[in-house]
Amino acid sequence: MRFLFLLVVFILLSINVFLIFMWAPTEVHMGHVQRIFYIHVPSAWIAFLAFGIVFFGSIQYLRTREQKWDNLASASAELGVVFTTLVLITGPIWAKPVWGIWWTWDVRLTTTLVLWLIYVSYLMVRSYSGNHYQGSRYSAILGIIGVINLPLVYFAVNWWNSQHQRLVLGVGSTESGLHPDMKTTLYFSLLAFSSLFVYLLWFRVSLKRTEDMVRQNVPLDMDN
Amino acid sequence: MREFIRPIFVIAWKDIMLELRTKDIMVSALIFALMVIVIFNFALNITPATVEYLAPGILWLAFAFAGVLAMGRAFIAEGDKGSLDGLLLCPVSRDAIFFGKMISMFIFMVVIESLVLPIFVVLFNFDSISFNLIGIIFLGTLGFATVGTLFSAIAFNLRSREIMLPLLFFPVVTPIIIGVVEASSGVITDTVNIIGIGRWVGLIVVFDAIFLVVCPWAFGVAMEE
Amino acid sequence: MMRKIAYSKIQKEPLGIRVEGLSKSFGAASVLRCFDLTLERGKRLVVFGRNGSGKTTLLKLLSTRYRPDNGEIWINGNSTHLEPDAIRRSIGVVLHDPMLYEDMTCKENLRFFGNMFDLDDLSDRISDVLGKVNLVSQKDQKARDLSHGMQKRLSIARALLHDPDVLLLDEPESGLDKQMLDDVGPFLFKSTRGNRTIVMATHNSEIGLKWADEVAFLSKGTIVYRASRVDMDEGRFHDIFLEQLESAP
Repeated sequence: MRFLFLLVVFILLSINVFLIFMWAPTEVHMGHVQRIFYIHVPSAWIAFLAFGIVFFGSIQYLRTREQKWDNLASASAELGVVFTTLVLITGPIWAKPVWGIWWTWDVRLTTTLVLWLIYVSYLMVRSYSGNHYQGSRYSAILGIIGVINLPLVYFAVNWWNSQHQRLVLGVGSTESGLHPDMKTTLYFSLLAFSSLFVYLLWFRVSLKRTEDMVRQNVPLDMDN
Repeated sequence: MREFIRPIFVIAWKDIMLELRTKDIMVSALIFALMVIVIFNFALNITPATVEYLAPGILWLAFAFAGVLAMGRAFIAEGDKGSLDGLLLCPVSRDAIFFGKMISMFIFMVVIESLVLPIFVVLFNFDSISFNLIGIIFLGTLGFATVGTLFSAIAFNLRSREIMLPLLFFPVVTPIIIGVVEASSGVITDTVNIIGIGRWVGLIVVFDAIFLVVCPWAFGVAMEE
Repeated sequence: MMRKIAYSKIQKEPLGIRVEGLSKSFGAASVLRCFDLTLERGKRLVVFGRNGSGKTTLLKLLSTRYRPDNGEIWINGNSTHLEPDAIRRSIGVVLHDPMLYEDMTCKENLRFFGNMFDLDDLSDRISDVLGKVNLVSQKDQKARDLSHGMQKRLSIARALLHDPDVLLLDEPESGLDKQMLDDVGPFLFKSTRGNRTIVMATHNSEIGLKWADEVAFLSKGTIVYRASRVDMDEGRFHDIFLEQLESAP
């Protein structure tokens, strides 16, 4: 079952690579570097999906205190951080040749960066807590606060940008007026990335379940 | 109502009394805030011409860093001999415990700020203090103290809590830091119209309101083992 | 709804402490599983068990400090789930940590906790409990400057301050000498309203047997032996004691 799933993901990703580098037409103004767009945008999409799952898993965990929800939330947070990192790396690589700058404090980039910081601290809380159980509770709180805080961060950064008349680059604004083949490539890339995410999430959750079973057989002294 | 309010003040008063006795929090945080200002002076070369432009950023960084230092200590007194357990075994709601700790934290920060601000005025011939600025400082500090109390309670139980508290605290208070710096800057330079400032004050108020609800709830969850 | 019905049924019974189907795990580590316990009002139960057997977890669950994963706890007819504050008001707790503020004096510590319990006649109560634990001459010393044993006594004073009907004690004998225990013991057993219900966890068979109305052995989260002190077979007790506590794990 898992092998089959992996095979599907592998095939989808292979086709995706073909579509991105061979099939999709080269953008007129930006040239080949625009192809990073097919990785940047799906990564961002997956990152937000991942943090949505963290939010959901955290609420469910605090409601029921069932380990499976914590496993789902923490596995999703790990993947969310990985994909957010991908967004933050591909963004500057794309921006530099096109706009001549690595980074701009654009509202999307900045919000993504703040989000990355919140979920990195989410993972750190887990590894720095005295016991596993405590870490689950604390990080669930952070998983919820991170999402509640998101609109506040977005508005703050957005107004801050307009106040300072900074260069606002619509990083995703190329989406409109895309060549149909470009759109197809983008949608396929979204599908391929989603399948990769689902596979990794599934894999990570089952790994965590195994960890729990191992831990269960080791007597833990919770008294002191 | 009395049952809810009374323990809040009992806890806050206990913290204030302990602080007056040990001066653990105030002295170190105050000196740290002054140090931040001195270092910024050299790093940014503050002159009478630029002080209005730089003041909001420097002041709020000094407040935020000193605040984090103070927050780190807020629960240490509760931990030495397990007194946090003692507090949680009292027949009062967890919200009351949170607000008690939050109020003492807020008072400590306000005291530190009201000492730092005059020194800043003297050091840089800064003469743009107004009631509006003080109001903004007040609102911003309320948000800081609310979020800070929650995270200091959480960080208290973590290994290397000194580093974990700022890592947890700063990303979450990003909106309020942007808000207070922009609003203060608008008030100080008097260049932004009242609507521009009002927008930021609105953001701070919304932030405070949301976290005044979320943080006591989260505190209860964090303490409920 | 189920909880409410069960609760009103229990209230009529003369039970001091009643625990049903209690489970508590920390993450994946299960400490108590489907744990049941009843203790009549006014009786003293001494729980023996090795470190990690779940004694402290049980006491923290009874004292509302921990939240059960499953199951119900009633103390004097109040549910820890529904009326935690009523329970906190009726219990006195002594844990490993003395639960004190080191920079406050004995009197200030007691005054603070007394205020948290919103007690009247606080000054009288404070001098009364300080007398019981023999700390009158140290009353204005900071908790920091007290010896380990004195801190323990102050902790006991704090637990007695609101004259609770129920006492939950986790190894109260640690740091106290025999004389002190004999002096303090009677004050623990009786409140102004009669005999206290006491659950005490300990390793010490001497003090445990002396104070107990009933004994129980806890091992891996379940009670493996329980008997009332009067009908207890001493030889059997010592066999189990050796097996449970003194053999290497």
